Amino acid sequence: MTRRTTAAALALLLIAAASYRLQAQVGADRLLNAAREPRNWLIYSGGYFSNRYSGLTQIAPGNAKDLELKWMYQAAVAGAWQTTPLVVDGIMYLTQRPNDIVALDAKTGRVFWIYRHQLDPTQIVCCGANNRGLAILGDTLYMGTLDAHLVAIDTKSGRPVWNTRVADNKAGYSVTLAPLAVKDKVIVGVGGGEYGIRGFVAAFDARSGREVWRFYTIPGPNDAGFDSWQQCPPDAKPFCDPEAWKHGGGSVWVTGSYDPSFNLTYWGVGNAGPDWNADQRPGDNLYTDSVVALDADTGRLKWHYQFTPHDRYDYDSVQVPVLADVTWRGAPLKAMVWANRNGNFYVLERETGKFLVGKPFVKVNWMDTFDERGRPHQTVQPAGQPTWPGNQGGTNWYSPSYSPHTGLFYVSAWENYATIFGGTPVEYQEGRNFGGGQNRPYVPVPGAPSLPGLRRGPINYWTDAAASGAVLAIDAATGEQKWRYPMTDVTDSGILTTASDVLFTGGREGYFHAIDARSGSLLWKASLGAQIVNGPITYEVDGRQYVAAISGLSLCVFGLRER
Amino acid sequence: MRAQSPLAWVAFALTLIRPAFAAAQNPPPQPQGDYAPADIAYGGRLYDAQCTTCHGANGDAVGGVNLRSGIFRNAITDQDLARVIMNGIQGTGMQAFKFDAAELAGIIAYIRNMNSFDRGSAKLGDAGRGETLFTGKGGCTRCHRVGAQGSRVAPDLSDIGATRSAGSLLRSLTDPTSQMMPINRPVRAVLRDGKVVNGRRLNEDTYTVQLIDDQEKLVSLTKSELREYTILTASPMPAFKGTLGPDELADVVAYLLSLKGR
Repeated sequence: MTRRTTAAALALLLIAAASYRLQAQVGADRLLNAAREPRNWLIYSGGYFSNRYSGLTQIAPGNAKDLELKWMYQAAVAGAWQTTPLVVDGIMYLTQRPNDIVALDAKTGRVFWIYRHQLDPTQIVCCGANNRGLAILGDTLYMGTLDAHLVAIDTKSGRPVWNTRVADNKAGYSVTLAPLAVKDKVIVGVGGGEYGIRGFVAAFDARSGREVWRFYTIPGPNDAGFDSWQQCPPDAKPFCDPEAWKHGGGSVWVTGSYDPSFNLTYWGVGNAGPDWNADQRPGDNLYTDSVVALDADTGRLKWHYQFTPHDRYDYDSVQVPVLADVTWRGAPLKAMVWANRNGNFYVLERETGKFLVGKPFVKVNWMDTFDERGRPHQTVQPAGQPTWPGNQGGTNWYSPSYSPHTGLFYVSAWENYATIFGGTPVEYQEGRNFGGGQNRPYVPVPGAPSLPGLRRGPINYWTDAAASGAVLAIDAATGEQKWRYPMTDVTDSGILTTASDVLFTGGREGYFHAIDARSGSLLWKASLGAQIVNGPITYEVDGRQYVAAISGLSLCVFGLRER
Repeated sequence: MRAQSPLAWVAFALTLIRPAFAAAQNPPPQPQGDYAPADIAYGGRLYDAQCTTCHGANGDAVGGVNLRSGIFRNAITDQDLARVIMNGIQGTGMQAFKFDAAELAGIIAYIRNMNSFDRGSAKLGDAGRGETLFTGKGGCTRCHRVGAQGSRVAPDLSDIGATRSAGSLLRSLTDPTSQMMPINRPVRAVLRDGKVVNGRRLNEDTYTVQLIDDQEKLVSLTKSELREYTILTASPMPAFKGTLGPDELADVVAYLLSLKGR
């Protein structure tokens, strides 16, 4: 071999090696164009518009009856498994309790590696070891932790790249959402709305883990919106907290969205603290129960809309902000569509936050009308009387779906569900529960004993007397309900739709359903035996489409029967 | 340190009682009307047995503490009171108590109403006489089961005294429908071949229902295969308001409260 041919061969090898490396990476451009590669699931909600919609069409209404189980993966730690897996070029990455990442073969379910984050034993979380998933950028995975860190993990080795403290876990902060990678940054929010945190959204440099910007969801004394935390009147009775903003809540525990055309990232903000005793925090309590639109580079607030001012019902607005390009009164509209925990469906103009539609999708009696700017007229119920929707909301964090193919927005709803709220004063103590009240589910049987709590088990003790579930299909431009698929028990499941008009969802009963996204009729179902609380995803490996859902401790992956 | 009765710890815990937000506000009003007399009476009996050593019969035997005031430093709501009683207070003499749900409901009802409750106005009966009524005149075992005796058609009552409050049990006897858990509602199904199945609902989902039928058979039905499916909201249990007198009702309640399971 001559020196020239050796050099040429070496150059070819280097090019091949470089292109292989490039192929393995998930650059920011791939995230921007995630819809162009529906074989993968690159972002928590499927893409920056958070539609949880896939362009895959192999599984269709006509053949959904041929779905069969392909493989299962079993977790070891019990508890609601809320994660959404990512799938990148045949590899699935997902989180599991207490705070692990698993990399496995998306075709067989066999495991490549497991990363186990060592949790600080003092971590404080309200609702169990929940983690909702990962972000990927380059060759790195990003995961929030229950002890309020953000960790960067190498996709190939499962080894840590960096580990940054986001907030003080001893004060009740945690990071349970799947981070959102935008350009060269990784954005997270913090949980802890039941512990009197002061919530924020923060962006970290993806390479170094250095914090780049932070937006507090509770404004400080020099910030716009601070006057929504009003001063206490002199000799206030009952108790009024003069420093309510310092522990005003505003957690952010579900992944936001991103619109590159405005360079805006959108985040739903959680409840005010204390959850139920609004009297001790006079004012609207911005930006709790709001959506905030933040510049992706700087974190500066472009606009906000508050769904539930001065919330006394724990109506977190941590729903996924769904971005949809719809036709509004005959003209194209860049919209944000939102079914809120407070029971109303909203359409906002997503460049400016202008309120366009507000319409109940379940029974609502905490408010009755909107003014022209979208401010609700609140109708607080007398003490001891039920408020609809109840504490868990008309919906909650469960991922909805928007299908550009049908123009419909799909959401898991709790119907006929109310709570009797009671607020009581509570003093803030770091790391202590800061709920401020006692609530009980309203059972419309006079004098009946209280039902067991929100028990998640195989028996529906609640029955439809206290609440029932449904998938609602709502016209994304008008809020008009197009169809409804009722369930006996309530549902905490997310929803997936595909370009072949198949809708996948689960529920507390443990069924995994395929439903016709146009008509709402059942195509297929499988009884998986335990509640499904995550959002299903779909992907393709070697030309075959798969759909994945988690039931109890089991990740179940289905595909069409091979003929 | 000498051994102390649990009551001493309650007493100590309650020495900590002070207004929660002393200067800034009035204590929140307590709901005085939401407690059933039967619960208060049951709680009074438990209080006498467990609490009077330290707190005294009038609730004021511990210096600086007056249970009758309705103001507690560590408890505003009934849930708070339950937490204090069941968990104790760390770093103080208040240890955790073990009460079942019925007992806890009674204790709280009594503490909330010590100031106004007339001990003579509600009676807690005799469990032995209640058992005789339960198996005899009341005919309860025709439908209900306790331990190994009685039918399975209606809910098993072997641990009902640990899960239902005294007030709820009394109301169950006088107005059964009002206290029927929705899960226990009677169902009537007509199969495709016309066969009728009557039973008590054990579980239900979107597509199926599980029940125990009137022959004590466990049955699971697929709703799409039924000609008719009805969930009845009225309890099949007779009301005993006319057939048992007030003292007899109190005796049956006392017996039911004694059923704590195994």
